[in-house]
Amino acid sequence: MSDRPHTAGIAYVRHDMLSEQPAPSTSRGIVAWLRESLFSSIPYTLLTLLCLYILYVIIPPMVEFLFTDAVWTGADRAACATQAQGGMQPDGWFGACWAYVGAYTNQFVYGRYPDAEQWRVNVVAVMFFGGLVPLLIPAAPFKRENIVFMAIVFPVATLILLTGGHFAVGGLYVPLLIAAVLVLAVVFAFAKLSESDPMPGLRSAGLLFVALAVLLFILGFDFGLRPVGTSRWGGLLVTMVIALTGIVASLPIGIALALGRRSAMPIVRFASIVFIEFWRGVPLITVLFMSSVMLPLFLPEGVSFDKLLRALIGVALFSSAYMAEVVRGGIQALPKGQYEGAMALGLNWTQMMRKIILPQALKLVIPGIVNSFIALFKDTTLVLIIGLFDFLGQIQSSYSDPAWSSPVQSLTGYFFAAFIYFIFCFSMSRYSQFMERKLDTGHKR
Amino acid sequence: MAVTDVTPNGPGSAHDDSAPKVALLNNPEIRGWLFQVVLAVVVAYLAYSGWKNMNANLQAAGIASGWAFLNNNAGFAISQSLIEYNQASSTYGRVYLVGLINTLVVAVIGVILATIIGFLIGVARLSKNWMVSRLAAVYVESLRNIPLLLQIFIWYFGVLRLLPQPRDGLDFGFFGLLNNRGYFAPKPVWGDGAIYTLYAFIAACVIAWGIGRWARARQMATGQIFPAFWVGFAVIVLLPVIVFLAAGAPLTWDVPVAGGFRPKGGMTIIPEYIAMLVALSTYTATYIAEIVRAGILAVSKGQTEAAHALGLRSGPTLRLVIIPQALRIIIPPLTNQYLNLTKNSSLAVAIAYPELTSVFAGTALNQTGQAVEIISLTMLTYLTISLLTSAFMNWYNSRVALVER
Repeated sequence: MSDRPHTAGIAYVRHDMLSEQPAPSTSRGIVAWLRESLFSSIPYTLLTLLCLYILYVIIPPMVEFLFTDAVWTGADRAACATQAQGGMQPDGWFGACWAYVGAYTNQFVYGRYPDAEQWRVNVVAVMFFGGLVPLLIPAAPFKRENIVFMAIVFPVATLILLTGGHFAVGGLYVPLLIAAVLVLAVVFAFAKLSESDPMPGLRSAGLLFVALAVLLFILGFDFGLRPVGTSRWGGLLVTMVIALTGIVASLPIGIALALGRRSAMPIVRFASIVFIEFWRGVPLITVLFMSSVMLPLFLPEGVSFDKLLRALIGVALFSSAYMAEVVRGGIQALPKGQYEGAMALGLNWTQMMRKIILPQALKLVIPGIVNSFIALFKDTTLVLIIGLFDFLGQIQSSYSDPAWSSPVQSLTGYFFAAFIYFIFCFSMSRYSQFMERKLDTGHKR
Repeated sequence: MAVTDVTPNGPGSAHDDSAPKVALLNNPEIRGWLFQVVLAVVVAYLAYSGWKNMNANLQAAGIASGWAFLNNNAGFAISQSLIEYNQASSTYGRVYLVGLINTLVVAVIGVILATIIGFLIGVARLSKNWMVSRLAAVYVESLRNIPLLLQIFIWYFGVLRLLPQPRDGLDFGFFGLLNNRGYFAPKPVWGDGAIYTLYAFIAACVIAWGIGRWARARQMATGQIFPAFWVGFAVIVLLPVIVFLAAGAPLTWDVPVAGGFRPKGGMTIIPEYIAMLVALSTYTATYIAEIVRAGILAVSKGQTEAAHALGLRSGPTLRLVIIPQALRIIIPPLTNQYLNLTKNSSLAVAIAYPELTSVFAGTALNQTGQAVEIISLTMLTYLTISLLTSAFMNWYNSRVALVER
């Protein structure tokens, strides 16, 4: 081989690598992005222009109404009415009246809960968020203790704080004692007949009744709190009470129904299916009508429920049917091997469900539970139709106050309500999406 | 594959002969039956005592029971009725029918609108156009996170009620008038012979269906493609138009004229109906949009690539490969949304749109006090609508479902 390269006849040969060049200016930066995603073809350009037009139609009037033309301070309706309407705004003025919302904020949150007692609601709120936030953060410790707190301590404390406690439960001790004796006898007889050790059953039944007795004692104890009737509750307080009670009550009922629907026992399966399909087939508002006008008829003479309690029962029944379907989704998503594995280990049905199936299934459906909570939270607005004052109902009832009545009052109130509901629901749906990504362990099929 | 039955009895019930003798109560089957009998007894007892209490309470309150009230005169006015109804002589049974029809009117139109909006928004969210997809996302996220009842209030009290008085309402010329008393649309007045147009339309539908069948059979036999869709479409449009013109165009429009108190002529669409329709369809559309988006995303990219590799162009790919597979995923949740919309139409009671819950479970209940009958009938009606809809959609779903193994 000679030293001379074979390329002698070629005019120019590059011997070193070229450094990387940036992409041509037409395919990078803001211009390229605009061309790619907004103006790539004539139809796209037209669509983009249409969108811009829609924004132009919607955004400026909204900003004007909500911010630039809005009234932020004022003492009464004069601040938010035009001169023709007896106020101080120029004629043709149309803006939000935030002064009215400011004057009513307390009512929107607490309803007609007495001012001196509102600290109790605040304590409940602090307990709730203090218990909930660590529960929602997957990495936070003490999950088990936290769940016990939220499932047992918090509801009892809330009930006592909000109503004032000191319930007339004195007459219930004797029935409880009779029930305890009866149940213990049945458990004992059952164990004897099935030739097994009666002690574990007796012990757990006994513990249950001791717990019930303690609960009765606490409910009847006079903590010195002033009683506040549910007719004075309102606003965000009622919304939260209904939504939370609904979801908390619907979880155990829903799990039971879901298991019942997948049970091999025909009567149980049939009853579960009928229950679930019935509540899922009717609108919530008819359920609320039913619980408010029909339920009292089914109770014996002299027994009557509070209006709020009746609504709570309706909501709980309704949402437990939906919860059952959510939980069933989780149970069905587990591969069959989980069941076979549990059976092969010799676990009985209860053990299999408690230790193998439900923990996995419930974990899978956390996003579904959050979603049904969002739906329930939105559905709580329906209670205003049966005359309860939830957040929206409280806002609506404030329209009858002549001190603030003006043409912009209702729109302002509705925008405020929409904003608050949006904040709650949107953050919950974001959380549910976060959990969905986190829980996606490849189990789902 | 789904786990179909989870037996409450673990292993062990299969080998009776060799198994050691166990106590009767330890036999899982007997245990199961015992449990079921206890459950049935408890349920029956609750039902019985509820029934007994109800009768006692009704008697104490002096409320009549039974269905005789359906024949009584109702005596209240209803603002929208598609069948004949008058305040003086119509019965509660008639009120029920009027309410049911109004429910169906808002639900059916709402379902159609929600489907159209939902599909458009769902496809728009997948658009490569940044502006379009963002705008669609904002639409979905904002509307689905605000309670429906609040949206109904906003449309009704915040928009339609704030429209100008009839005197200076919005005038769209031929297309009617819009003011705070509702939308006054031009009303078609059919002349003699107009019925032939309808016959022609039905005949055209039959012909189009026949052409479709023939084209398919011919394509199967010979491989030749016939533009059956466009030909059928042309037949359906042209035939009625030709017959309509041949009959001398027997159609005039009764256009509403703005008047002082309320417009004259035309047909009135009450603001409650507009508010319900807009709120229901835009709200449900957000859910449908998400379902459509999920359905399209769930069809794997390989399907598109395989279709292209087989030589299909993008139109047929979409029509023959992507959409049929996406529909399979879309239809079951879509059914749920249709049912939700129908059930949500009961929220009309809050703005007094005269549908079933509002006039029957509302006004009629207040007048008669027969809560048990009225609430049960209302619930049963919704239940029937729900079951019928889901039966129909299940049938449709089983037609498009993938036949597997």
